[in-house]
Amino acid sequence: MSDKPKIGIYWCSSCGGCEEAIVDLNEGILDVVEAVDIVFWPVAMDFKYDDVRKFKDGELLASFINGGIRLSEQEEIVKLLRKKSQLVFAFGSCAVMGGVPGLANMNNRESIFKRVYKEIESNDNPENNVPQTEFKLEDKYELELPEFYDSVYPLDQIIQVDYYIPGCAPAPDTITDAFTAILEGKLPEKGSVLSPTKSLCDTCPRKETKPDKIEIEKFVEPHQYDKLDDDRCFLEAGIICMGPATRGGCGERCINANMPCRGCYGAPDDVKDQGLGMLSALASIIKPDKEDEIPKVIETLPDLIGPLYMYGLPSSILFRKKIK
Amino acid sequence: MTETKFEPNIVAFVCNWCSYGGADIAGSMRLKYPANVKLLRVMCSGRVDPEFIIEAFRRGADGVMVLGCHPKDCHYIEGNYKTLKRYNMLKPLLDQFNIEQDRLYLDWVSASEGEKFARVAKEMNERITQLGPLNWKEVIGQHQSREV
Repeated sequence: MSDKPKIGIYWCSSCGGCEEAIVDLNEGILDVVEAVDIVFWPVAMDFKYDDVRKFKDGELLASFINGGIRLSEQEEIVKLLRKKSQLVFAFGSCAVMGGVPGLANMNNRESIFKRVYKEIESNDNPENNVPQTEFKLEDKYELELPEFYDSVYPLDQIIQVDYYIPGCAPAPDTITDAFTAILEGKLPEKGSVLSPTKSLCDTCPRKETKPDKIEIEKFVEPHQYDKLDDDRCFLEAGIICMGPATRGGCGERCINANMPCRGCYGAPDDVKDQGLGMLSALASIIKPDKEDEIPKVIETLPDLIGPLYMYGLPSSILFRKKIK
Repeated sequence: MTETKFEPNIVAFVCNWCSYGGADIAGSMRLKYPANVKLLRVMCSGRVDPEFIIEAFRRGADGVMVLGCHPKDCHYIEGNYKTLKRYNMLKPLLDQFNIEQDRLYLDWVSASEGEKFARVAKEMNERITQLGPLNWKEVIGQHQSREV
């Protein structure tokens, strides 16, 4: 094998969209492969965990890990990669904040297993079997499955993370910039998020139509709004757009596709909890001031967790629902 | 077997211009209010970010009170209206997380209302005592403290 720097790519609790994002670099991926050796990438190439175990500690220049931690297997492998890598990058919203799979923190193992293995209408499971970590067949075959945790964790609650590459999935520019920074040795301070810290509203193409003071009398969902093509600020129309509480750098892909921001790039540096930051912003644009009129506006929002914590529930202060 | 009585841990954010004065007057008037209500003075109830409230719960508060100037009396004109709107939004959020809404309480106490302050503090204490401990660390915290 050549003496090019080695990198590993691993996936945990994620959809595979982040691997897709790497492939989506198109010809750009050739530059990457020219500069580094990919020595571990279970989705795309045939390597075994043992190949990783054989490396010396710190032999890999960097590991890119996407997905939150949901299974004991994932915890074991990310800890192994941490040992073998000089740098660990949390790649994509799930690794950075828990992501969409992190919404499962509104449930726990018991309620998820109950729904998935016992209640779902199309199930055929008369003995109500649920996955076990160990099973012995005919007293000679010992089978093992990873443990399914009660909660989903962002990567940095399990191992130390050096850099964060946010996005669902990270935009090609974000990825290219990160790769360039690594190869040219221009990485910022450890612990940084490799994306601008200004909020999305700052670079929003609809910034011009945003009035100085937004005042709304009800919240609406995009499908309830018939003038979406007006290039109007979504918040002004009463549609929840996470722009004020989300960092920019994504290229405003959703806004340009006429959809409000859902917050996949996470909170800017000075906001600790994206959902609560957004809650604060939303509260301040409610127009009525009377004590009995305010709840009526808030009632037009059927759910708060979904819009506020679509990507960030496991990294929020609340972390999960309290299960009694 | 001796059973220790549950004494709730209550954090009260009080605004500098009205409610802190109210608490002060309550002291001057020698009114009694529960010692487990811990006061935190902020310049305006509008300064109380939802993060402060949730962080207080995470760090062991069983109840959080926000006290500000009466409507139209805010030193900064509309700070307390902002608080009122956030409060109304935080309540359903707490509910979705299975945290009893009564653990969060908002009221207006002016700088002359020493008696109201003592009453509000006492009622809050009774409410939270009845609800029992939040046990954030036991129920939620353990999940988060796996390893870093």
